Amino acid sequence: MTPAESGGPAPRDSWPLFEVFIRGKRGLNHVHVGSLHAPDAEMALHNARDLYTRRNEGVSIWVVDAAAITASSPEEKDPFFAPSGDKVYRHPTFYSIPDDVPHL
Amino acid sequence: MSAAPEELEQAFDATVAADQRVEPRDWMPEAYRRTLIRQIAQHAHSEIIGMQPEGNWILRAPSLRRKAILLAKVQDEAGHGMYLYAAAETLGVDRAELTEKLIESKQKYSSIFNYPALSWADIGVIGWLVDGAAVCNQVPLCRCSFGPYARAMIRICKEESFHQRQGYELLMAMMRGTDAQRAMVQDATDRWWWPSLMMFGPPDGDSPNTQQSMQWRIKRHTNDELRQRFVDMTAPQAEALGVTLPDPQLRWNPERGAHDYGEPDWEELKQVISGAGPCNQQRIAHRRAAHESGAWVREAATAYAAKQARRATEGAAA
Repeated sequence: MTPAESGGPAPRDSWPLFEVFIRGKRGLNHVHVGSLHAPDAEMALHNARDLYTRRNEGVSIWVVDAAAITASSPEEKDPFFAPSGDKVYRHPTFYSIPDDVPHL
Repeated sequence: MSAAPEELEQAFDATVAADQRVEPRDWMPEAYRRTLIRQIAQHAHSEIIGMQPEGNWILRAPSLRRKAILLAKVQDEAGHGMYLYAAAETLGVDRAELTEKLIESKQKYSSIFNYPALSWADIGVIGWLVDGAAVCNQVPLCRCSFGPYARAMIRICKEESFHQRQGYELLMAMMRGTDAQRAMVQDATDRWWWPSLMMFGPPDGDSPNTQQSMQWRIKRHTNDELRQRFVDMTAPQAEALGVTLPDPQLRWNPERGAHDYGEPDWEELKQVISGAGPCNQQRIAHRRAAHESGAWVREAATAYAAKQARRATEGAAA
């Protein structure tokens, strides 16, 4: 089972799991839409087309073997993201500028 | 380094209380996980079994247009089943295991699919009433506390509204036809109305899991609330269509601002759920046969993938 989506046990005797990413239209990022099982990547791509783009939802599909994804773990959530937590000066709203100064 | 159990439970409760989503790798109470697996699996099975009453009519559709529509709808049901199995798998179960449980009758599916689709009008009424009831049930599930289930429901609800509209449009066409066609629509409505009301489950007083599910924000409304919403939605649609809903007690109650309606036959619901509905055995037998006769395709695809992988490795080594 995918490290990205599950903490459950590995599936028994079944096809590998692929995560599916779709580019909705030109100019947009590929976005994760779900997952599916397939015997190999090529079949995964075909299945993803049938399963996730029945209504023109995409112009491009990526399928990624779920086992190949490395993910941060929910337990280390706080320490892992802590470095950006206390740096409010990275946000534009940290700086007060008089209202009458234009274009800032 | 892991947190103490009570801290984990507090974090979970806080996430749910703040209306945030629980994601698969978050800690969750075992009972929450079990409830979701049962509910999502049952929902997935319903989509898959739900292909049967309609699939049976694809070859009998009266025009190419209706055939293409019905084919697309049945394909959608398969897709919805797949979205839901994928959501269930994030909880640590395997789709193959769920399929086995379905064909061994160890897990259930919606009681509605144990009724037969007897005439072409049934296809319209299934879209109008059965999918209409499904939409009522499913829209609040888009805000379910478990992320993968909520996301699957958002996709499903978007697609489901086509199902309901095509059914109603089909019925409108038949109502503009002959007396015999109008009689078919009325007959199908008479047969599907009560089973559709039963899709919302037993009355609140007899639904032991509802309270816990609402506390976990898996469910957002009780069975009776959703049933009432469905009746209120459907009554004016029946009028516009020109059919009579088979309930002499059905009438608008201005004081409540809602329709009063009769009591479904809960004994019938219990019977159908426990396996004694008109089509239970047929549905499971068909699903089992499809699974078994498809085994060689799955095996061949696996063998082909293994061969391609072996060739790729040999090619790289040469």
